[in-house]
Amino acid sequence: MKLHRITAIVFRHLYLYRRSLPRIMEIFYWPFLDLVIWGFITLYLARYQTQVPGFVTFFLGALILWDILFRSQQGITISFLEELWSRNLMNLFASPLKPSEFLAATMIMSIFKVVCVSLVMGLCAWLFYDYSIFIIGLWLLPFVLNLVVTGWVIGVFTTSLIMRFGQEAEVLAWSMVFLFQPISCVFYPMDVLPVWLKPVAWVNPAAHVFEGMRGVLSHSGQPVEHLGWAVGLNLLFLAAMIAWFHRTFAYCRNQGLLVRVGE
Amino acid sequence: MSSPVLEVRTLIKRFGDFTAVNGISFVLHPGEILGVLGPNGAGKTTTMHMLLGLITPTSGTISMFGMDLETHREAILQQVNFSSTYMSMPQSLTVEENLWVVARLYGLPDVQRKIDNIVSKLEMGEFRHKVARKLSSGQMTRLALAKAFLTEPKILFLDEPTASLDPDIAHKIRALLKDEQQASGLSVLYTSHNMREMEEMSDRIIFLQKGKLVAEGTAAQIVSRFGQTDLEDVFLKLARES
Repeated sequence: MKLHRITAIVFRHLYLYRRSLPRIMEIFYWPFLDLVIWGFITLYLARYQTQVPGFVTFFLGALILWDILFRSQQGITISFLEELWSRNLMNLFASPLKPSEFLAATMIMSIFKVVCVSLVMGLCAWLFYDYSIFIIGLWLLPFVLNLVVTGWVIGVFTTSLIMRFGQEAEVLAWSMVFLFQPISCVFYPMDVLPVWLKPVAWVNPAAHVFEGMRGVLSHSGQPVEHLGWAVGLNLLFLAAMIAWFHRTFAYCRNQGLLVRVGE
Repeated sequence: MSSPVLEVRTLIKRFGDFTAVNGISFVLHPGEILGVLGPNGAGKTTTMHMLLGLITPTSGTISMFGMDLETHREAILQQVNFSSTYMSMPQSLTVEENLWVVARLYGLPDVQRKIDNIVSKLEMGEFRHKVARKLSSGQMTRLALAKAFLTEPKILFLDEPTASLDPDIAHKIRALLKDEQQASGLSVLYTSHNMREMEEMSDRIIFLQKGKLVAEGTAAQIVSRFGQTDLEDVFLKLARES
């Protein structure tokens, strides 16, 4: 073993961090998010220990629904990354394909992934834990649809960032969605959040879906108001993100980034 | 001569302080092969990317078939295609799957017959079911060319299309281009660093240097204008000046 060759490789990787904010962020990102998520779960359990009914029902339901949101986002972002990895963006955008058609195709891919993942997770939960996601009842459908759209919002946002900043930002494809997890109140109610963070969670459509889910499971009322908020916010954010994607696309064309993004 | 299929007027592209393309104008006539020559950094690729709508010009106009590219992008790109030695295609798809995707993208009718036809013309039969990542660089170049020919474009942009091909296949590609030019009136914008190929293929040549168009004419006219013996000497003279 030669030390100089080992240090050469170490330096090769350290050099990456000199000019890459996304890579530096990643070092701090996951420990921070773990601490926030598990901290709030611990608070929830400590505060409401005796009042948490059907612990498994809550957590497995939340886990399955969260994965639906995650896969929906991935369906958009990974489809774009696949084109970037195969350096195929040039072929696509030198064809009559419109950016909006490309987005529509990634949304279809996202639905395909969500259907596959839902089937697998639903089946596994039933086999291993005797748990049926259908315990949520008919509310499941609007919940899932809203989470799919929230996934699209985050997916289009992330894709725009990757298109703008190139391959070094591709780590966002896996990490961005988790930035929204603490304020989505997936495993704990919004009440657990500090006062200053509650308004931020309130404008997150996913938080309303998970609040609604807990409401249905604990039979504490119909989640109509939460669903209304989720639908309204989703439509607003989706329109904004699609507009932003088009703006970023125009910026990338102007800066010549579209032909360099895969390099 | 009939009206041009491509018309470029005072095209400029700046990236910050750097001017990649500096006010070039040229036309491409129906059925013409126009060679674009120039040293590295002359602005050939940036110009081609602007013609494909991948880069927005800072100023100037590009029109094809009498339509402005900025406002009729979809209608124009439907009739245009490109191929480059340096481009890639999805690596996990087979040659045939890649061609099917392209055919769908352009909404082609009678796809299977067209794919069989181009596969046969470019002698791709033995690797048509291979995934792209297993292709040699020459086979990959042929796939890129097949993608370009498949859509039966009226204008074809070719960026060093024969750079990684063996002389036999390169010769067949040049023959195919000439055939298509004669049979369907295909117009071609062609870049290459192979001067003999450029002389053989091009009806006319434009020479770019530091983003400017410095010469235009037939190969013989350009050689004579710069007082050199052949196109390679002209290239060396201009490249060393830049």
